[in-house]
Amino acid sequence: MSTIDLRTVTIKPLRHTFTHVAERIGGDKPATRYQEGTFDIQATHNFHYRPTWDPDHEIFDRARTAIVMKDWYAFRDPRQFYYGTYTAARARQQETAESNFAFVESRGLVSALPEAVRHLALELLLPLRHLEWGGNMNNAQICDYGYGTAISQPHIYKAMDHLGIAQYLTRVGLLLADETALDAAKQQWIADPKWQGLRKYVEDSFVLKDWFELFVAHNLVLDGLLYPLVYERIVDDDITMKGGSAIAMLTLFMTEWYGETAKWVDATIKTAAAESPANAQQLSQWTREYLQRGVRAIQPIARHALGANAEAVLGDIEDQFKSRVAKLGLAL
Amino acid sequence: MDMPVAKKKLGLKERYALMTRGLDWQTTYQPMDKVFPFAKYEGIKIHDWDKWEDPFRLTMDAYWKYQAEKEKKLYAIIDAFAQNNGHLGVTDARYVNTLKLFLNGISPLEYMAHRGFAHVGRAFPGVGTRVACLMQSLDEIRHSQTQIHSMSNYNKYYNGMHSFPKMLQRVWYMSVPRSFFDDAVTAGPFEFMIAVGFSFEYVLTNLLFVPFVSGAAYNGDMGAMTFGFSAQSDEARHMTLGLEVIKFVLEQDPDNLPIVQRWIDKWTWRGYRVLTLVAMMMDYMLPKRVMSWKEAWEVYFEQNGGALFKDLARYGIRPPKWLDQIEFDKDHISHQAWSTLYQYGGASNFHTWMPSDEEMDWLSAKYPNTFDKFYRPRFEHWRDEQKKGNRFYNMTLPMLCQTCQIPMIFTEPGDPTQTCYRESTHKGMKYHFCSDGCKEIFDHEPEKYKQSWLPVHQIYQGNCFNPGVDPTAEGFKPLPVVLDYYGVGFGRDNLDFEGSEDQKNFAAWRGAATTNV
Repeated sequence: MSTIDLRTVTIKPLRHTFTHVAERIGGDKPATRYQEGTFDIQATHNFHYRPTWDPDHEIFDRARTAIVMKDWYAFRDPRQFYYGTYTAARARQQETAESNFAFVESRGLVSALPEAVRHLALELLLPLRHLEWGGNMNNAQICDYGYGTAISQPHIYKAMDHLGIAQYLTRVGLLLADETALDAAKQQWIADPKWQGLRKYVEDSFVLKDWFELFVAHNLVLDGLLYPLVYERIVDDDITMKGGSAIAMLTLFMTEWYGETAKWVDATIKTAAAESPANAQQLSQWTREYLQRGVRAIQPIARHALGANAEAVLGDIEDQFKSRVAKLGLAL
Repeated sequence: MDMPVAKKKLGLKERYALMTRGLDWQTTYQPMDKVFPFAKYEGIKIHDWDKWEDPFRLTMDAYWKYQAEKEKKLYAIIDAFAQNNGHLGVTDARYVNTLKLFLNGISPLEYMAHRGFAHVGRAFPGVGTRVACLMQSLDEIRHSQTQIHSMSNYNKYYNGMHSFPKMLQRVWYMSVPRSFFDDAVTAGPFEFMIAVGFSFEYVLTNLLFVPFVSGAAYNGDMGAMTFGFSAQSDEARHMTLGLEVIKFVLEQDPDNLPIVQRWIDKWTWRGYRVLTLVAMMMDYMLPKRVMSWKEAWEVYFEQNGGALFKDLARYGIRPPKWLDQIEFDKDHISHQAWSTLYQYGGASNFHTWMPSDEEMDWLSAKYPNTFDKFYRPRFEHWRDEQKKGNRFYNMTLPMLCQTCQIPMIFTEPGDPTQTCYRESTHKGMKYHFCSDGCKEIFDHEPEKYKQSWLPVHQIYQGNCFNPGVDPTAEGFKPLPVVLDYYGVGFGRDNLDFEGSEDQKNFAAWRGAATTNV
């Protein structure tokens, strides 16, 4: 089939993109919206005043982390998220989540859940609302202190993702039980011994000063242990096998979100580690330290949910995590 | 099997509360004061964060859905605008200079607002407050990017927009809007909220938003108009947040009142000074005018703002200081600013021009008491000189105000023939100001404002040259090397509109698009 070109008036542009973008993409050629909306948007010099809340630093300051980069725009989000692509991606996912919630509700699948499964799901998922709130805080903190839009931008998206996940977990709670279950879960989060390791891990992360260390502690290690444990091994495998596939439908957002987000986390670690042996060493050291603490923190949850099988599953998760970070250039 | 029991339906407010409230907890492994280290140092007392009324009850799933729909529509229009050479539909190419002001001076500051709201969102211990601030942080990166993407097409065909991040950080007059945001983000979280959330987003936003977006609409710029309209529902949320924060803080403790009042005084004045650039844009740069600066001030500040401050009086808040001076100045500042940018047209990143006869008549009608008496003679003189080939470029650098960083162009309250100068001495150094407002702001926090990166001082200190420049070399000319540092192409990005590449290209392209030659 032949095509006919529609005639439009053609005028020759003076340039194809902004100068600072052209410098980063190897010359004056059409740039993507991710590139134009990201490159060099954060101010870097000639700041007017130092923060009254942190007079030792500039407003944006490379010295807020031990990680050193020659160019902080070496980082790329493999998802190419700027606001438009980010909201489009999440809008699609929330549509699926919405129809899953509607399906579970309209088919009465909750009342079909075995009581033990319903109980376990509530016990396991609802205290995580608070952990997700911690994820919101920590990612807001990284967005605040991070250097360069390429790395700070994805953190506001991730901060809001954690809030969104906390809200999905709330809906699961309201669907499987009622408001009182939310209060009970908060009590567990605060006082139940099996949650204290995780709560301490998160509270300790709230006071970290180095934002890249915080990235390792929360986004690489904590997410990297907890999501595989909770959503893949407990919900998708164990709970589903025991007749709780409705729970897996209600948490599909989390499973997919983790798969997507981990790719960006990996790309970030890989870029920072490849920059210099010093970076790789620092990242490895942090990862080692937080991995040890993280595994200890999730142990009681795994044991509670998986019983005798817990040690084997935890061993798997730890091994998978280690081989994942080895591919990124870290030596544990 | 149990019969499914129909659940009690939760109301919207109740449901939203469950979705946010209670997510937080009192930390015990780390002290709360360490987790939230900036919550108290400004002296603001908050007793119960749960008294915060959520200004908009938007869960994340709903947010994603609505915002994605808005983005889809907006980008469809941006694409169509680019494909159809929509830029050739604007009134005339002078209009594009308003977009240069906007992209260089505002879009990167939307980004600063994004980072600032991320900071305060993290800093506030209250859940409702945090969620509202972080949602605004997310909106602000949207605004920055949709503006960059809309104006990206203009950058392909017009000069002065190609290096906007560098220009914001270096070009002299850009330090006016930039220092405003640097000032806000370096303040504590509560002051940031009064500065940006209340003073800027609530009290002054219409004076920025309406002139630019209506200006775009009046001048046939569908591209810029659309991002403006698309941002409107976000802005409505931000205004509600700005108002909520002030009411919340004032209701929490009577000791907060004097602190908040001082911030309102300061930030209204700081914001008003930044709006000088908007005043100039409205009265001189839009080929098709929307309304005069004076009219805009009367409608959006005196009337709307007046009602607001009447409402806040029950908390003990009085209207901001220095309103009498603003009232007097509204007949002057746009003309004073345009005179300045016209003179320094060799050192800026957009084109300037003298108004036509018809435009001068419009100015006379809008400013019957001042334009003909104080400004028309000067402008006609400059226009005559330009016709004779003596287009006036001022080659000496002006003294800047230490606080607002505008050159000392404003006149004494009550006497438009006398330039207004104020000064303070701090630790043996003299500092200069354009007004009582700017002086008082400095005097209250000299350790902060003595840090100002004043572009003129910096040029004289040799800090505005690229590496390798030798200012001691024989025949050294500072202007070209400073422009080099600014990223401004001399004669292409600046000087008079008359004879500019923008003017010639627009005429040729529009000719090609609308005639058969």
